Amino acid sequence: MKPVFAYTKGMCRVDTSYCPGCTHGIAHRLITETLDEMGRLGDAIGVAPIGCSVQAHKFMNVDMCESAHGRAPAVASGIRRVHPDKMVFTYQGDGDLASIGTAEIIHAAARGEKITTFFINNCIYGMTGGQMAPTTLIGQRSTTSQDGRTVAQAGSPIRVSELLSALDGAVYIERVALDSPAHIRAAKKAVRRALEIQERRLGFTFVEFLSTCPTNWGLAPADAMKWVGSAMIPYYPLGVFREPEVEKAV
Amino acid sequence: MSEKVLMKGNEAFAEAAIRGGCRFYFGYPITPQSEIPEYMSRELPGRGGTFLQAESELGAINMAYGAGAAGGSVFISSSSPGIALMQEGMSFLCSAEVPLVALNVSRCGPGIGGIQPGQADYFQVTRGGGNGDYRIPVFAPSGIQEAVDLLYGAPELADKWRNPVMIFADGVLGQMMEPVTLPEQRPFADPRDIRTRKPWAITGYGDDDARKNVVKSLRMQPDELEIHVETLFEKYARAERELVSAESAGVEDADAVIVAFGTMARIAKEAVDILSGRGVSVGLIRPISLWPFPYGEFDKIGPRAKVVISAELSMGQMIEDVRIGVGKRLPVRLIHRTGGMIPSSLELADRAEAIYKEVAGR
Repeated sequence: MKPVFAYTKGMCRVDTSYCPGCTHGIAHRLITETLDEMGRLGDAIGVAPIGCSVQAHKFMNVDMCESAHGRAPAVASGIRRVHPDKMVFTYQGDGDLASIGTAEIIHAAARGEKITTFFINNCIYGMTGGQMAPTTLIGQRSTTSQDGRTVAQAGSPIRVSELLSALDGAVYIERVALDSPAHIRAAKKAVRRALEIQERRLGFTFVEFLSTCPTNWGLAPADAMKWVGSAMIPYYPLGVFREPEVEKAV
Repeated sequence: MSEKVLMKGNEAFAEAAIRGGCRFYFGYPITPQSEIPEYMSRELPGRGGTFLQAESELGAINMAYGAGAAGGSVFISSSSPGIALMQEGMSFLCSAEVPLVALNVSRCGPGIGGIQPGQADYFQVTRGGGNGDYRIPVFAPSGIQEAVDLLYGAPELADKWRNPVMIFADGVLGQMMEPVTLPEQRPFADPRDIRTRKPWAITGYGDDDARKNVVKSLRMQPDELEIHVETLFEKYARAERELVSAESAGVEDADAVIVAFGTMARIAKEAVDILSGRGVSVGLIRPISLWPFPYGEFDKIGPRAKVVISAELSMGQMIEDVRIGVGKRLPVRLIHRTGGMIPSSLELADRAEAIYKEVAGR
């Protein structure tokens, strides 16, 4: 009998430390399952960030290292130099990547590092307890914007995919969401595309996942999923922002 | 094959690191060491190595961490404010036990300070500017040849101790020229057998996920972290015994003893000769390892000695270690210049003689 659904070898057989309704687990699975399907699980080297996913190496069944807050793209650039034939990726949240790590992500993209960055955007700092992130939406309440974020006080949320799209070294950039089965299937295609482009060494590849944080949003898991569609996608539109020139020509 | 050449310090340092087997260099321009990234960008790619200019010193140290964690033999260099930016990474590398050869061609501070030579990074490099309990072996050459020899041996030390190793050469050494004998090139390690040489490195586990590796620093459980730090310090205790290094001369029958490292030790050697001509017998202790500090050298000071003088290009930082080494046996005094000012051997001799006469009541 043909199995219709199986545990992926890409995930370790342990419970994750993530809250109910958090989409980290889905993102982890999409990445590692895709690596497995590509036959590259044993060639993969991942870099975990600071944030809720600091211990992603306990869940993803690939060689990994931790990195200091925001520095994952620099760490991955170093790994890539030693192992040019391996699959190197970073997994970073929005506090890590879009705030403290802006220099590292921009320069890794500008250099066209042959790595893939998986960016978890849930509009808030998770592990430190719900503070305002650079991606926190206008009006969104956080523990450091208790009456809702204002443009006057904190500026506008950063659209990272659009920002990185200005750089020639970033050859593939797509924003996906993890709020519905259809969106999750599309997200997996984006993961595959990014990793395949890395395999062909065309340049820097980037997938942004619109993700949930029910705990710090103060929402039930089902309501958090709905909030992705009602509040996040209107500000962070889904789609492909960059793709390799060679492919566009075909 | 070794060869004798006239070289500028910074270029000799870079060449020594390459010949010692450092295949990966990550750097960022900062005076007075910018010749090093320039040299590396020119030399490494054609010799099978990798040069990458980072976006900042933070970028450089984290690239170094990644390459080191992946099993590469890595060299980085910077100068004082840049080394300050790298401290986050130094703490991380020590915790994660990732080898690295680092060079500080130091200038003066605080803040941006100036670009002239200084030794006011003593605390930064020996006490650690990063967070948490950790140690980094630090060696302070007083000539270009000694720096070359230390850098050549540093990759092996870093691998052996699975820890960063730092060479602390002040800006004088980086900018001056001296004849040096360059050792022969050690072959770069083959990346294909990293797993054999460094079984802990992240390389991708291949066909067997039982060989999965994780390089990490975080330990959320207090008992687990305590055991980790205690284990690190057992390693540091062994390093303290094995790596301590100093040069001493004439301390057994000296009237006074000068303690100095790096460029200041070169000046002190001349001052000792000047004072000898004036009938004052001065011994010299030159720490080569700053951590571990050669406290044992102070036991060699003979009964005639009246004072120990710490001579530094700072407001007095090493003097704290000198006081530990001397204990309550003798008074400890400081001769210093700062701001990038360097005393002549005559100035140092005059000030040391004045201190000696005052303490000895003559």
